[in-house]
Amino acid sequence: MRHILTVTVENEPGVLSRVAGLFSGRGFNIESLNVGPTLDPGVSVMTITTEGDEQIIEQIVKQLRKLITVIKVVDLTDLKSVLREMVLLKVNANDANRAEILRTVDIFRCKVVDVSIDELTIEATGNYEKISAIVGLLTRFGVKEISRSGMVAMKRSIQN
Amino acid sequence: MELSGAQILLECLKREGVEVLFGFPGGAVIDIYNELPNSSLKHVLVRHEQGAIHAADGFARASGKVGCCLVTSGPGATNTVTGIATAYMDSIPVVILTGQVPTPLIGNDAFQEVDIVGITRPCTKHNYLVKDVRELAHVIRQAFYLARSGRPGPVLVDLPKDVMQVKTKFIWPEDVKMRSYNPNVKPHAGQIKKVAQLIRDAERPIIYAGGGVITSQGHEALTWLAQKLHIPVTATLMGLGCFPGNDKLWLGMLGMHGTYAANMAINNADLVLAVGARFDDRVTGKVSTFAPKATLVHIDIDPTSIQKNVSVHVPLVADCRLALEALKDELAPSLTEYDFEGGHLPWVSKVLAWAKEHPLTYHPSETTIKPQSVVEKLYELTNGDAVICTEVGQNQMWAAQFYRFKEPNCFLSSGGLGTMGYGFPAAIGAQFARPDKMVIDIAGDGSIQMNIQEMATSVCNNLGVKIVILNNGYLGMVRQWQELFYKKNYCETCMDAQPDFVKLAEAYGATGFRITDPADLERVLKQALDTPGTVIVDVRVEREENVYPMVPAGASLTDMLLV
Repeated sequence: MRHILTVTVENEPGVLSRVAGLFSGRGFNIESLNVGPTLDPGVSVMTITTEGDEQIIEQIVKQLRKLITVIKVVDLTDLKSVLREMVLLKVNANDANRAEILRTVDIFRCKVVDVSIDELTIEATGNYEKISAIVGLLTRFGVKEISRSGMVAMKRSIQN
Repeated sequence: MELSGAQILLECLKREGVEVLFGFPGGAVIDIYNELPNSSLKHVLVRHEQGAIHAADGFARASGKVGCCLVTSGPGATNTVTGIATAYMDSIPVVILTGQVPTPLIGNDAFQEVDIVGITRPCTKHNYLVKDVRELAHVIRQAFYLARSGRPGPVLVDLPKDVMQVKTKFIWPEDVKMRSYNPNVKPHAGQIKKVAQLIRDAERPIIYAGGGVITSQGHEALTWLAQKLHIPVTATLMGLGCFPGNDKLWLGMLGMHGTYAANMAINNADLVLAVGARFDDRVTGKVSTFAPKATLVHIDIDPTSIQKNVSVHVPLVADCRLALEALKDELAPSLTEYDFEGGHLPWVSKVLAWAKEHPLTYHPSETTIKPQSVVEKLYELTNGDAVICTEVGQNQMWAAQFYRFKEPNCFLSSGGLGTMGYGFPAAIGAQFARPDKMVIDIAGDGSIQMNIQEMATSVCNNLGVKIVILNNGYLGMVRQWQELFYKKNYCETCMDAQPDFVKLAEAYGATGFRITDPADLERVLKQALDTPGTVIVDVRVEREENVYPMVPAGASLTDMLLV
């Protein structure tokens, strides 16, 4: 089962490789990993998407907490949370299919952020399922390049 | 007053209570060595950096304090990696100080540059690269705090040469505060009550103790619980010495080379109290058949140890000593209400019957020396009071089986990593920690050659370390596996070309003895132990003796090959 972990870490050199090394060294799987600063310049937040059974996830959470530079680990899986991912797609576009692509973009409330004679660059934001659906739909036009941000997530204020 | 980085470092080490620094100089650490004569620290010059880290580790295990070593950048640093991993696997508090090229050169592939922080990330509890001299005192303080607190472990501090040279105002940080590191040492009161009730209700309890009992100095509380409540005790390799080896409730080690009684007891127990142990594969054998009838209680300071290999019923995250003492306080009043002795009598009798049925034994011989008899003789001659270090392999297992340890911190062995070449440098470290004790390295002819260069260190420091080589001319444990599981294909395990260990001892200025006749064993061993200074005893033993009992890797604990 997929789990989304938010990991609050000390913002110092090597912290990313400590986390990444833990996953590779112990054979855990990272589906996506996103790191960014917080309002406190000394602290960063990572959002890690990983997969495993309950025992594996328990180990991952405990092992992350054991890292000296990790301040806090929250598994969002069983919590109500906002999950977002962003993707940039460069799609082949010709006179025959441009309208169809733009309709798809419209339906999913994506944005066209760059245009050329035979390409459209599309920005999409959403949860994992939405992004997968968009990518799936646009693939048939020919995706030249794709760049996904990985998940960012936040626990909702009201849990009940 | 302003001090240089090197001066601050040495002052910090002094304040952290470092007595002995094991080290080897080099270009990147000359500035530190330049200040060393002005410090009260004792420095021990080893002959190889692996010797320095193992000696620091041995010092830590024998003293219960933090061991410390100092090496140069590049190869000096990489030579410590095996020793760091050894300490990491066995949770030994060591601080490793490595030199580094000057900060402006880092990343340029400078001479003797290596990313030692990157290399040791997965085998240290934590590590640091000090880029600013103003951080130095804080980092050293944190390094020692991390090494000794919680689940102890090695901490490496990488020290660029320019950081050692520049001066700054020295401020000793009185407190260590780390928002991201707060090990939970206090046992949860509710869980203690729960465990206490399980103990009251158990008919067939057993204590399975590991290195955590020794690290936390929980042996007294553990001994109280076992003796007052009449609970048999078994231990892992790392746990040896946490319970008196001559007590009738002592079953010996469990696991792959554990005793028949210990493995049978685990298999039949209704309550297993795992204390400071981590259900290693060498202990559990086939996990699915480990302690099948028991409620498992797991006490450990490291939450990651719990539910890692085995699913336990009652986890208790705490310092082992505090947890055992809390159990003692909880159960002491029950001594009047419950008849633990009577209640456990059928169980204890059964366990003792197993011990009688298949004790640790071997077939004695009048023509060849049995390696087990050498360990037995050492036990008798030292009255069980020596600090025993081992290398890895058959020598290690025979030492663990036949020397009955009385107290903690007296059995030094590379348990988790299984590092050949560990024992002798560790013995050097142990002798510095315990100058009052006889320190013996029980070695094999293979493993002793992995760090034999430390003979020079031992001799020039007038150390009385005794090396007893159980010389069978084989890499014995691998040969045993080849015999039992690989159709006797003794590929590359025969050590044909050997040095003359007696002459080798003499070449280093030590004393050498050789024993080939069982009739001479006691006399010459005694003579060797009575000889001052470093001594090598080359004991020619039965070449193809095997370590028994043996549970083949991956088999259930009850599937033991017996003598």
